[in-house]
Amino acid sequence: MLNIVVCVKAVPDPKEACNIKIDPDTKTLLRCDVPLVLNPLDKNAMEAALQLKTQFEAHISVLSMGPPEAGNIVKECLALGADQGFLLSDPAFGGADAFATAFTLAKGIEKIGSFDVVFCGMASSDGSTEWVGPEIATFLDLPVVTLVKEIVDCDGASWKVKASVENGYRLMQVELPAVFTVTREVNTPRTLSFSGIIKARKKEIEQWGINELGVTHETVGLKGSPTIVSELNAQEENKRQAEMISGTRDEKADVLVQKLVDAGVL
Amino acid sequence: MGTDHSAVWVIAEQIDCHLQSVSLQLIGRARKLADQLQTSVEVILLGDNIEQQARQLIAAGADRIYLGNAPELEVYQPELYTEIVVKLAAEHQPEIILIGSTDMGRELAPLVAARLKTGLTAHCIDFVLDKELILEQRIPAYGGLLSIVCPEKRPQMATAAKGVFPTPEPDDSRTGETMMIDIPDHLPGRIKTLEIIREEPQGVPLESAATIVAGGAGAGDNDGWNDISELAETLNAALGSTRPAVDEGWAELETMIGQSGKMVSPEVYIGVGLSGEQQHMVGIVGARVMIAVTMMPNHRYLSRWITALLMTAVSLFRN
Repeated sequence: MLNIVVCVKAVPDPKEACNIKIDPDTKTLLRCDVPLVLNPLDKNAMEAALQLKTQFEAHISVLSMGPPEAGNIVKECLALGADQGFLLSDPAFGGADAFATAFTLAKGIEKIGSFDVVFCGMASSDGSTEWVGPEIATFLDLPVVTLVKEIVDCDGASWKVKASVENGYRLMQVELPAVFTVTREVNTPRTLSFSGIIKARKKEIEQWGINELGVTHETVGLKGSPTIVSELNAQEENKRQAEMISGTRDEKADVLVQKLVDAGVL
Repeated sequence: MGTDHSAVWVIAEQIDCHLQSVSLQLIGRARKLADQLQTSVEVILLGDNIEQQARQLIAAGADRIYLGNAPELEVYQPELYTEIVVKLAAEHQPEIILIGSTDMGRELAPLVAARLKTGLTAHCIDFVLDKELILEQRIPAYGGLLSIVCPEKRPQMATAAKGVFPTPEPDDSRTGETMMIDIPDHLPGRIKTLEIIREEPQGVPLESAATIVAGGAGAGDNDGWNDISELAETLNAALGSTRPAVDEGWAELETMIGQSGKMVSPEVYIGVGLSGEQQHMVGIVGARVMIAVTMMPNHRYLSRWITALLMTAVSLFRN
């Protein structure tokens, strides 16, 4: 039995992320009711787990840390085919940087118990740090491969994977248990099916807070974070404005061609 | 050297014995920070047959090189590289460690940071010392600029991409010391780099392209993206993209321009079907001509464009 943990994150919908602004007076984030969705690259992490399940006898646990609303994306993963869902949610976890997030998720993975493989998306669309996967691996004292774009050989306890490097790839050999962060190239995520949604209704999501994880306040959330945001500055407006071209399609196309001729491109 | 602060470190990177330009650029920046802190710049370089490269690092501004020069260090090996850096950092307690946002750096940096139980800031676009001489690590976010600090834990660690800082002029008269480091043994041996395969990049490389056509979410679908790609080809331009275009699966990750992608400095930049979000715009440095084809210009950054054609990407290509 292959035990797989997939770590997922609820992020503000990337399609509406441009609506999140900084309040110039209070210097806090104005989220403007941007809905939380499953982080796009975490869909690839889920898919990697689901594809293994078609090859081997496998059990998929999906794990997230976030506000209670993040339970929806755990539910979504259950509907995609995960067997069990876990949400780490506690006011004490709020304000965590990548370090504290990885620490808390690692504690969650330890509490889930036996596992062979941990999958994460290579980055989240909101934070874009790429640190959580490798830092989870460090806290669990496991090997990690980041930027995995192909699982070449997953028979047995020693895997071969291809990971992205500039203009190519590196072929890595890794002993399980191990952590992998995946890129978009690793697979094409499936979409939700109606039967999956129906089945997921019966699956429970277990919610754990600071007491269930047995960690102290000092190690999680803002208090457990080595880094803090010291300043949030709204960008200064620049006085110069662009020349705005309107008119018919042909007129605009003519302007574009003329500009490209002037610039020496054409 | 003063003794107020311990050193500013850079973890350098070589590929086939060629130093990565981001390593030199970070040394240039580290030099300025170290001068302000009245301390030294120290650089870790790991590889095989790289004595000459150590000289280049000194010419770029380093005072001391920790050189690991052995066949087993020829290519990045996660366990070995992490162990070496962690051991050296624990011994010498640097104030700051800067690492290039390369594919290696983005894996090695968090492995080192978590072991040292310190913070790590990704994809910085500037480093400034505040009044207390704490490193403000600046990143663009949500139409503004965030300053991240790591007030208590040391070292303060951050990554920055190639092209964020200028490459320093080499000064061959500079002197520095090179210290050979021991290669640790008794590693768990749970992970191994078997081989690294690199291919010649296809088409015009983004970083050195004189003209760039970049597309965004406004491409709408695969066909729309192909139109933008064709425009790039017609103009003999490199093709760039924004994160939404990559997330949609139209564009390759390697084409992404911006804070977490590539930094580019073309003469002419044409953005098609993109709003001009800050995370993308910070990746474009010094373009003389900036043309937007967009229905939804981000008004906060309108000033970055010279010309904006108010039309959809789709209507540019099809009647």
